[in-house]
Amino acid sequence: MSANPPSTPLDRSNLWKPNRTLNKRVEAGVKALFALFAFVSVVTTIGIVFTLIFETVGFFQEVSLWRFLTERQWTPLFADKQFGVMVLVSATLLTSVIAIAVALPIGLLAAICLSEYAPAKVRKWLKPALEILAGVPTVVFGYFALLTVTPFLQKIIPGIQGFNALSAGLVLGVSIIPLVASLSEDAIYAVPRSLRDGAYALGSTKREAITSVVLPAALSGIVASFILAISRAIGETMIVTIAAGQNPQLTLNPLVPVETMTAYIVQVSKGDTPAGSLAYRTIFAVGMTLFVITLTLNIFSYWFVRRFREKYE
Amino acid sequence: MTSPNPQSVDSAQYKANPNFNVSISKRYNLDKVFTAATWAATLFGLIVLAVLLIDILADGIPRLNGSFLTSFSSRRASSAGILAPLVGSIWLLVTTALISFPLGVGAGIFLEEYAKDNWFTRLIEINIANLAAVPSIIYGLLGLQIFVRLIQPITQGRTVLAGALTLTLLILPIIIITTREALRAVPDSLRQAGFALGATRWQVIREQIFPIALPGILTGTILALSRAIGETAPLIVIGAVSYIAFLPDPSLKGLQSPFTALPIQIFDWVSRPQPAFHTNAAAGIIVLMVLLLLMNATAILLRNKFQTNR
Repeated sequence: MSANPPSTPLDRSNLWKPNRTLNKRVEAGVKALFALFAFVSVVTTIGIVFTLIFETVGFFQEVSLWRFLTERQWTPLFADKQFGVMVLVSATLLTSVIAIAVALPIGLLAAICLSEYAPAKVRKWLKPALEILAGVPTVVFGYFALLTVTPFLQKIIPGIQGFNALSAGLVLGVSIIPLVASLSEDAIYAVPRSLRDGAYALGSTKREAITSVVLPAALSGIVASFILAISRAIGETMIVTIAAGQNPQLTLNPLVPVETMTAYIVQVSKGDTPAGSLAYRTIFAVGMTLFVITLTLNIFSYWFVRRFREKYE
Repeated sequence: MTSPNPQSVDSAQYKANPNFNVSISKRYNLDKVFTAATWAATLFGLIVLAVLLIDILADGIPRLNGSFLTSFSSRRASSAGILAPLVGSIWLLVTTALISFPLGVGAGIFLEEYAKDNWFTRLIEINIANLAAVPSIIYGLLGLQIFVRLIQPITQGRTVLAGALTLTLLILPIIIITTREALRAVPDSLRQAGFALGATRWQVIREQIFPIALPGILTGTILALSRAIGETAPLIVIGAVSYIAFLPDPSLKGLQSPFTALPIQIFDWVSRPQPAFHTNAAAGIIVLMVLLLLMNATAILLRNKFQTNR
């Protein structure tokens, strides 16, 4: 049988044709739109920096940087204005150090437990339970610090005042534990089994394998989680505002009320401070200080992880 | 050459390294202590959480009743209610979701699917990583300057819209990161198949990739939104006051009205010296936690539903 040659070309007029011009235009449009959305993040950072710098420059035109860094009192809202930001920074430091002393050891040990010691069935509900702790709003922790922890501390520590840095620091530490635990656990989990097996093959106990092989291997991730936790502790607002008080004093005593940088910003924002006044500008100067501190920590963390990250094959 | 007989090796050569604890039982004992310490650390967090929840429930449940949920704020603790903050929080939630979802998902799609590996992309990625770690109160300062003051004609000052825009910027990095992770989990072969059939990239994303990544994206977005609802500091800085005796107008005009939110009201009540207000705060916290619980449950339900449908 010979094939019949086609007498007419195939009629495609009633078939679906892709509208390639439209597709190309839509593609270009969508790509440009989404690129714009992504650029919003850059605009946000520029906005933050610009906002802070704008008002801070205005602030430093009235108050010298030297006064800002070296005066020993913080009384910008009183008649005798003093602008020693170190008062606020010392309070932030005090609460953060207490928080870190609680969160880092407990978080790291909890991470080790979750990844090494907990059986799979326990892990299934243990991890979500810690996630719940992470999801509690900070204002709830502030309530807990002021109305439960402080009265409890007042029973066991004589001389502790109603507002104090200790209870704020302790609760702040508890609120950061899930962060340290989950990030450290990710870092520990990433260490390959072969390293652990090697340690066991050399006769080490489980603890020795963890402390001398696994933890050093996961070090960059663990340190990154620590630095993120410190950054969170420094930038935290509600727990310290509610429980540590709003009495700026330059002290390292955790039993008295102090005012952190973030608590001061809240204090001024709650009041009626006219925009453009010196008091208004102080919150931006303090915000700038806070931003610089946390930015430095984040940059250090980024550098540290890149420098010390272990590359497994 | 004969190999040395192991028995003849001088045992004096092998004096114990002082760092090496030869006693195996001591090492195992240390192991037990270490294990106990890790378990204690884990349980410590849970015990504190339990104490916190029990404490708040004990204080707040007696105060929770219909009138509490439907009254406005008041100078007397017994007649103060949580209606305005609850409605305010819901307004904020919906508005923030409507703005942040397209922005975040679009940016995530761009970074994951379209962006080439050049300086522009690296800049954006570094930015997002940085922004995720900025304290929330700084976003409040940004919102104060830009959304309350600078674009005052649009937002009309310290309003729901300004609050929603501030919260959007706050959670945008989180949404972008979770979107990228969800998109990354979709196998590349699907994309390649789409391109092989002559589809444009957007067609492939819209028809194939995005529906598969959607459960992960939705879960991440809802979790980010639940974080936004619990945020107090940025809202205080933009000036959400606590004594609001009206609800925002249920129309677009409502976006331009002053507002209050659950965390703000809780903060206000906790800061008062009278114990009756502390009870109110506990009840308010329960309402907030129920809202968060509902959101998280929705996230988990959505994820399960979409996963079983495939």
